[in-house]
Amino acid sequence: MEKTINLTLKVWRQNGPKEKGRFETFKVSNISTDSSFLEMMDILNEQLISENKEPVAFDHDCREGICGMCSLYINGRPHGPDDDVTTCQLHMRKFKDGETVTIEPWRAAAFPIIKDLIVDRSAFDKIIAAGGYVSVNTGGVPDANAIPIPKPDADDAMDAASCIGCGACVAACKNSSAMLFVSAKVSHLALLPQGRVEAARRAKAMVAKMDELGFGGCTNTGACEVECPKNISIANIARLNREYLVARLGE
Amino acid sequence: MSNFLTASIGRKFLMSITGLFLMMFILVHLCINLLLIFDDSGELFNLGANFMATNPAIKIMEPVLGLGFVVHIIWSLIISIQNMKARPVAYKVSQQTNSSSWASRNMLVLGALILVFLVMHIINFFWIIKFDPHSLSKVLIDGVEMEDTYTLVAGLFKASVVYDLMYVAGGLLLGFHLAHGFWSAFQTIGLSNKVWIKRLQFVATIYAILVAVGFSVIPLYFLIKF
Ligand code: SF4
Ligand code: FES
Repeated sequence: MEKTINLTLKVWRQNGPKEKGRFETFKVSNISTDSSFLEMMDILNEQLISENKEPVAFDHDCREGICGMCSLYINGRPHGPDDDVTTCQLHMRKFKDGETVTIEPWRAAAFPIIKDLIVDRSAFDKIIAAGGYVSVNTGGVPDANAIPIPKPDADDAMDAASCIGCGACVAACKNSSAMLFVSAKVSHLALLPQGRVEAARRAKAMVAKMDELGFGGCTNTGACEVECPKNISIANIARLNREYLVARLGE
Repeated sequence: MSNFLTASIGRKFLMSITGLFLMMFILVHLCINLLLIFDDSGELFNLGANFMATNPAIKIMEPVLGLGFVVHIIWSLIISIQNMKARPVAYKVSQQTNSSSWASRNMLVLGALILVFLVMHIINFFWIIKFDPHSLSKVLIDGVEMEDTYTLVAGLFKASVVYDLMYVAGGLLLGFHLAHGFWSAFQTIGLSNKVWIKRLQFVATIYAILVAVGFSVIPLYFLIKF
């Protein structure tokens, strides 16, 4: 059964990276509780366009929770009030009729605002480029079962690999730390024999890049794990600490 | 090794190692202190205090302990400043109560309050015992003459309700600080995983309760009994 709700939106507007931002208030009405949060944003933008106003800029791409492009800090939580979903997967039934919804961009020095709710997350790409890969000399395709991998390791590696690089961990962390992201990337490679070879160099290079880009440090509050749409565990952070310390102290 | 101690994980490594060291000290300190309430004649506590004051191993550890405190405090400030810089613009609406514990978000505040307590505590006891021992009366236990530390400590707790409450507050602050600090220290040096994180958090809670209750019970004992 379809139900509709009316909402007041407080949205962060900022014309450009160097401009001063402010909150603007909008009203949207007759929003179906079956629609997604981004569809609600689309409706808002249609409304703004028909009023000859500038639409709100926000990031999105796949709209099915796999690309990590959508963001938004909604009512004090990254990806909004639901657990283990991205903003594009968030349903409007999670909101009450008449509610005021505050929508902010990810806040971090390492994620500067481009416009309105869009932040520049290329810092994550730079961290990956620093070592988040396996160097391969191309040749024939190896036999699928040539390297046996224990099931628990494969499971942990797969879990870590499910990180979509959305940056909610940075947004949730009071220190804007990227440790959950980096630990997921270091873990899923370090757990597999193919990635193990470069594990020490990778941990050092990626942490160094993370520090250089101005992310904060981890104080183990655990907020990232709770807010991560992919349920990445902070056990990965313990693994990253271990990998990094062993690499550094063994220099 | 060059920039290890200023790298994010290196800084935390230092916090963790000094934290673990200070937690061991706190446990020893608590054990000796509890002698205060098991013998009203003060003999047990005086023996304990005298042992700590004269034992060469403890004498060596004293400056190390001081260094532990100093490093833990200075690095906490460096880390906090770096972490604040990482978020120059704050959120307008932020809901953190469901995703992290209050103590974990306020370690700096808790630490600062504990430092205030520590300064008071040093002025109350350590300073007098260390630098002004002549002001203490002497007792003879088993033919050995020693300073009557019991009268100094018990005397303060018997005489002042305000100090009693301050020391209870100190114990509670320490408990909250360590409820997060204990398991966090292991996580930071990598001695944790999916299974152990739960166990460590459980032990952290037990340890924190032990410290908070253990230290608070002493002034409360004197407050109620005398
Ligand atoms: S760890 Fe989770 S929150 Fe962080 S970038 Fe990956 S998917 Fe997003
Ligand atoms: S738009 Fe792709 S994950 Fe949300």
